[in-house]
Amino acid sequence: MSATESGAPLADARAIGEQAADWLERRERGGFSEQDNAAFEAWLSESTAHLTAYWRVRAAWERANRLSAFGSQSNALRKPVTPQKSPSQFFRRVAAAVVAVAALGAGAALYLSPPAQPADMTYATTVGGKKVIVLTDGSRIELNTDTILRLDGADRRKVWLDKGEAYFDIHHNARHPFVVIANGHRVTDLGTKFFIREDADRLEVALIEGRASLENVGRKSKPQILTPGHFAVATASLTSISAKPVATLANDLSWRNGTLIFRGMTLADAASEFNRYNRKKLLVNDPKVAGLKIDGTFPANNVEAFLDAVQSALKVHVEDRGSEAVISR
Amino acid sequence: MSDKTDSNPDAERRRSQAIAMATPALEGWFVREVLPLEAALMHFLRRSWPNKSELDDLRQEVYVRVCEAARKEIPHPAKPFVFAVARNLLVDRVRREHVVSIETVSDLDALGVAVEEPGPDRNAMARQELRRLQTALDQLPPRAREAVLLRKIEGLSYREIALRMGIGEDTVSEHLSKAMYALADTLYGEPLGGKP
Repeated sequence: MSATESGAPLADARAIGEQAADWLERRERGGFSEQDNAAFEAWLSESTAHLTAYWRVRAAWERANRLSAFGSQSNALRKPVTPQKSPSQFFRRVAAAVVAVAALGAGAALYLSPPAQPADMTYATTVGGKKVIVLTDGSRIELNTDTILRLDGADRRKVWLDKGEAYFDIHHNARHPFVVIANGHRVTDLGTKFFIREDADRLEVALIEGRASLENVGRKSKPQILTPGHFAVATASLTSISAKPVATLANDLSWRNGTLIFRGMTLADAASEFNRYNRKKLLVNDPKVAGLKIDGTFPANNVEAFLDAVQSALKVHVEDRGSEAVISR
Repeated sequence: MSDKTDSNPDAERRRSQAIAMATPALEGWFVREVLPLEAALMHFLRRSWPNKSELDDLRQEVYVRVCEAARKEIPHPAKPFVFAVARNLLVDRVRREHVVSIETVSDLDALGVAVEEPGPDRNAMARQELRRLQTALDQLPPRAREAVLLRKIEGLSYREIALRMGIGEDTVSEHLSKAMYALADTLYGEPLGGKP
């Protein structure tokens, strides 16, 4: 209350902020006695400024929990440590692993341009294309639209996903794990099946079953162990892992049947998904319609069906210019 | 009336009010709805207030006023309310200090801060969050950053961090406390490094 009267001098935000950080730090350190706690409560209740300053530093500190992996140049961080949460129930599980990593966009391998090895084999799909590769060990790789994948000529258990998106159904061999390198990261299957997607500056890995490890090749940071439901987004220096329902992750695999499944996706994102599969490009420039939400299952190669649906369901205007279509209000 | 009451009943009343405010609901609202506006709020204050050394104090005062009002009734939506409070605060300060002309704040309505944009989608938010955390970490002093990473990512105890960094546990405390203070400023107060 004290500082709110218009005539009162402003309280010193820096001093209060530092006190708030000191309290937070003391609580973080632990060993808080009853006396400490009383002092802390007293400080908190002294003014609303103390309270809001404390909420603010605590909220920021909790936000930093979302850092689950960070590649640092610091030597101190190179020492591998055991992952904090080791979900032992998955360790015992020998079930199939499905990992999703995804590669979108044209940029592709920003961080990684591995020297071409002799006898590497390159597989590619065009926009809207799909391709299935069966390896000699029985493993299957399905390439999605606009994708480039190279298979190591000398080591048939190693591939580079240079661009695009692929689903891996891998014959598991504990002594010779299958490795995918994409966007400067290495994904090693610790189960049997996985799926990968990559952007110009990031990589997505989602695990549906089993286990896989994800590590940043350049940074020598510790590998992250992914378990079912984990959805990782990795950039050059940082990996964030969140949990999603496995059913949602399975929707991301619907392209294998030639369909796109949207659940509460924005029109702008749905349009860019369609643009990955089709020469005809959808443009959503109007922010008023870009945020509209869509649910539905659509054939990936049928832009017209999608346009019809959004026109009638969302009451938007579609201007078809042949090679592109503009969606507006 | 009772002769047994504390010497300062007003202080006692303020104290209990402040404690009543410390409800998880109010804190949750503040963290969810108000703190994310901080970058925009700082931008607004920076543009409107000539004395740059007071910006943080003004921001804090806005939070105090917002929360004291929210204790009675939580305003929905938060954004126009927060900016109205900020505007009123500046008008108060102008009147009090007689240093800036009232024109300084007369065009505040033109800011259009009450307009709600459609929220970004979840993936975009995850990406944004990642960028923001990275920027915030990059801005910490190297030793403080190292301590944060060991604590947050490797989940080490103070003792382990101290051993790893070759320093005392009290120095670990100092690094983390500084980092906590700085992270709040970068995570909430600064606009994203790259445009979203």
